[in-house]
Amino acid sequence: MEKKISDPKAVIIGGSAGSLKVILEIVRNLDKDFLLPVIIIIHRKNDPESALIDVLSEAAVLPTKEAEDKEFILSGTIYLAPAGYHLLIEQDYSFSLDSSEKVHFSRPSIDVSFQCAADAYGERLIAILLSGANEDGTKGFEEIKKNGGVLIAQEPLTAEAPYMPAHAIRYVSVDYICSIVQIGPLIRDYCSSDNTHK
Amino acid sequence: MHTGITDEQLKQLLNDILEIYGYDFTAYTKASLKRRINRLYALDRFPSFAEFLYRIRTDQKYLNRFVEELTVNVTEMFRDPHFYGALREQVFPILATYPFIRVWHAGCSTGEEVYSTAILLKEAGLLHKTLLYATDLNPEVVKIAASGILPAGAMQLYSENYIKAGGNADFSSYYTANYGHVLFQSELRKRMVFSTHNLVADSSFNQFHLILCRNVLIYFERELQGKVFALFDESLENLGFLALGSKETLKLSPVISRYQQFGKDKIWRKK
Repeated sequence: MEKKISDPKAVIIGGSAGSLKVILEIVRNLDKDFLLPVIIIIHRKNDPESALIDVLSEAAVLPTKEAEDKEFILSGTIYLAPAGYHLLIEQDYSFSLDSSEKVHFSRPSIDVSFQCAADAYGERLIAILLSGANEDGTKGFEEIKKNGGVLIAQEPLTAEAPYMPAHAIRYVSVDYICSIVQIGPLIRDYCSSDNTHK
Repeated sequence: MHTGITDEQLKQLLNDILEIYGYDFTAYTKASLKRRINRLYALDRFPSFAEFLYRIRTDQKYLNRFVEELTVNVTEMFRDPHFYGALREQVFPILATYPFIRVWHAGCSTGEEVYSTAILLKEAGLLHKTLLYATDLNPEVVKIAASGILPAGAMQLYSENYIKAGGNADFSSYYTANYGHVLFQSELRKRMVFSTHNLVADSSFNQFHLILCRNVLIYFERELQGKVFALFDESLENLGFLALGSKETLKLSPVISRYQQFGKDKIWRKK
């Protein structure tokens, strides 16, 4: 079952408990030829001293930074949602931050960013939901599905915390269910100029 | 199936609200507005989106609820304790040299941060010569802030934040608890002035030594952020301080040339 998508504009990744090592595996796979922005939402404590961005930068080949308010989203760049804020995406492909109520006890929430990304990118979006222990991400997946984007869920059997991808797979018809090592090559394939998905 | 307000509906609605009621949300960030509007629509269980929009346009009472729900009022005492530590250790010693201190909390919401600042001022021995002006667009939250009454449930977290911010008194000595709420000391409230003020439409009303506006500007588009920075610049004494939220910055504004960042936290000092 191959989902066709023309000219994707962004990749968005949501993960919670047990997702970090998967994310590191993915970003290690994306080299300088990868031309899409990659937006990463990880559930995390609101700790200003958090070293998460350093861990990501260390693993990634592409430039990696925390998403800033009102910043334009650049291709070939990896963005991490800052702790303590929801990360929103505007129609002009810039970020804005939001400190409103937590969603699924989480801020940043995956649903919030997925829903905004669906609105901004429509069908030109690739979304990935990884390991986690709550149901954040399912509603966002629904919205992306409605808008025609591509959905990739981590195979729950390969997830340290299978609940989050399993919940999404149960309620939304996803396009791909992937093991950890399959995800990076799959999105690389979508991005490459001679890809067969076009 | 309904998937939420469209860009055209949003634009029309914001124009109508500005025209009918004078509230200008047209330069607020759209992704956040859409979320709040869709949330309220679901919360109030309207049979159709058209009906929801009609109600906003025609019912002043409902418009008040709409404005309350549209603006984000998530706040806490000593939010980002490190910031309050910097205020206490780096800014207050400079303010202490002035005979009289004026502080403005712009976008004060239900008052949590105003009471936090007042407590630290009291501990620094400065409260008696300080006036704290606290303003918000939303009259309902200003009323709550002025009452000095907050839910007791959050006090545990606030007490922890207070200690992390370097507080060493007994936090519970600043309030009396009753029926699930706490009332802050009148000594704190006596030094506060509450009022509605709309950063989008209203002008400068005084000169301040310290302006705090934390997690308000993230809801404004770039251009409006610039206008509000100009308003703050106009309202700040020379050598005064401007404090922003932990993810907000002055660096994109033209007024930045007249400011320098003060330490590692989001505090700038006017040159």
